[in-house]
Amino acid sequence: MTRPRTSPATPGADTADDPLTDPATGTGPRPVAGTAADGTPTGAATDPDPGTATLATATPRELRGHLTARLDEPARGWLRRALDEAVDHPGTHGPISVWELRIAEAGRRCGPVHADAARVLILHAARADADALSRVYYQGTGAERRAVLYALPHLVPGPEGLPLVEDALRTNDTRLVTAAVGPYAARHLDAHAWRHAVLKCLFTGVPVDAVADLDHRAHRDTELARMLTDYAAERTAAGRAVPADLHRVLTLTDPPATPSAPATDHG
Amino acid sequence: MRLFDPHIHMTSRTTDDYEAMYAAGVRAVVEPSFWLGQPRTSPASFLDYFDSLLGWEPFRAAQHGIAHHCTLALNPKEANDPRCVAVLDELPRYLVKDQVVAVGEIGYDSMTPAEDTALAAQLELAAAHELPALVHTPHRDKLAGLRRTLDVVRESALPVDHVLIDHLNETTVKEAKDSGCWLGFSVYPDTKMDEERMVAILRAYGPERVLVNSAADWGRSDPLKTRKVADLMLAEGFDEDDVDRVLWRNPVAFYGRSGRLTLDVTTPDATHEGNSILRGAPKGPGGGPAEDPGAGPAGAVADRHGATAVPGA
Repeated sequence: MTRPRTSPATPGADTADDPLTDPATGTGPRPVAGTAADGTPTGAATDPDPGTATLATATPRELRGHLTARLDEPARGWLRRALDEAVDHPGTHGPISVWELRIAEAGRRCGPVHADAARVLILHAARADADALSRVYYQGTGAERRAVLYALPHLVPGPEGLPLVEDALRTNDTRLVTAAVGPYAARHLDAHAWRHAVLKCLFTGVPVDAVADLDHRAHRDTELARMLTDYAAERTAAGRAVPADLHRVLTLTDPPATPSAPATDHG
Repeated sequence: MRLFDPHIHMTSRTTDDYEAMYAAGVRAVVEPSFWLGQPRTSPASFLDYFDSLLGWEPFRAAQHGIAHHCTLALNPKEANDPRCVAVLDELPRYLVKDQVVAVGEIGYDSMTPAEDTALAAQLELAAAHELPALVHTPHRDKLAGLRRTLDVVRESALPVDHVLIDHLNETTVKEAKDSGCWLGFSVYPDTKMDEERMVAILRAYGPERVLVNSAADWGRSDPLKTRKVADLMLAEGFDEDDVDRVLWRNPVAFYGRSGRLTLDVTTPDATHEGNSILRGAPKGPGGGPAEDPGAGPAGAVADRHGATAVPGA
């Protein structure tokens, strides 16, 4: 293979290139084009389509159906073999297990748009536990680390994967921050770390839609409300706009008592 | 004009450089791993650096609409330090990564036995991973260094058309061309090569298999040298197809041999208020894109995305 890979540049040329919903907006992966909603899936009729599911919430079956409907035949064959290998040879073997090799090359085999989903599926197939996920994460590229974060809620029932979430939240790579604030963080991050994660989203422009279980965790969180109010005051004092997401989260903390936007607060 | 800088050390450059490069037409870069100026003392220092070339730096580049790939290796200078050589054992797990498009920079610095060993071992690693190799030629005793380099390349399992010999000049270009390798030229403000000499070499030897880079790093160097060469080529009678060939299609063809070149940029869609690497983005009326995290960021980058060039080769 000697040709560089590019995806089609024509807008709307092919819905088969639609990736799964990523909670981030903009040029990141977009929602699956409403196929589930209108009942006319573009893939084979038997393929489950995760619809508005995200990489963090879709089941392996949904992910597999999503990719099967969208990958071309060589990529589909590669993925099928990679998953079979991972099922047959899970665990870590030598310097690098065969399923770890497949995770490393998923981008060039499936294309960058579908690499996240392919990697999550391989991690599932290999039944990667917290130790294996840590190894893949700490030896991984940015894209591989992101896939580990998306796989965490499905593969690690306890808090053993928290150091990976905390590591991702320390970075300034918004793709990692987005992947870190999913269901696993909602389940296991302590209150202090979770509040800082929300604030980091606001700081870095990661839409709070990415934050799993936001309504529930923000509810009656007076400390989060204080932090948000202080941040809004800091923005206002600097003559800068307060992100709309801040007001949205502030409302969630205590709907009846939410103060108005601190537009005149220069304190 | 689309430009590909096939050898530039962006880790050592600022966001001003990324902006200026984008404005000049640079849409893709390859960052070879190299010596950091301050010697490393352990393999762990290399690993953090490799991780940065596979994580943070491509993220930074993407924010500016530039596709970033890297080449990884134990560099010639530090191949002489026994404390660092163990990084060779870690290289295989890195060479399988999607964004690694070659083994490099390898080659000679002082032409020692340790450098012989590291060069030969890493050419074999390139062959084993179906990657091309970026081979630096030494600054001192360059012609002898080139000849010894070509001998080692010929003895290796890697075909010559998978090898880019870099930092060439008037005294080394002919033998390098005759070898069948790709020809790299690093255009610097003071040393190595300049724009006028580069154009003269292109006139004498033609644009086939020629790559021009800025090799910009932490030293006195200029990340816009690719554009300056392109402009001078046009002023001196080369046509736009020649420019595109040397400054886009040739690097795409060479690094494309890896099968891993992805020239679409997925622009990370978020500003970095506070700790931002886009910190200080112009504040437009009512707040520029980077001043309003809620507005979904990097508008300046987002509109670049559509302009991102695709290879024509």
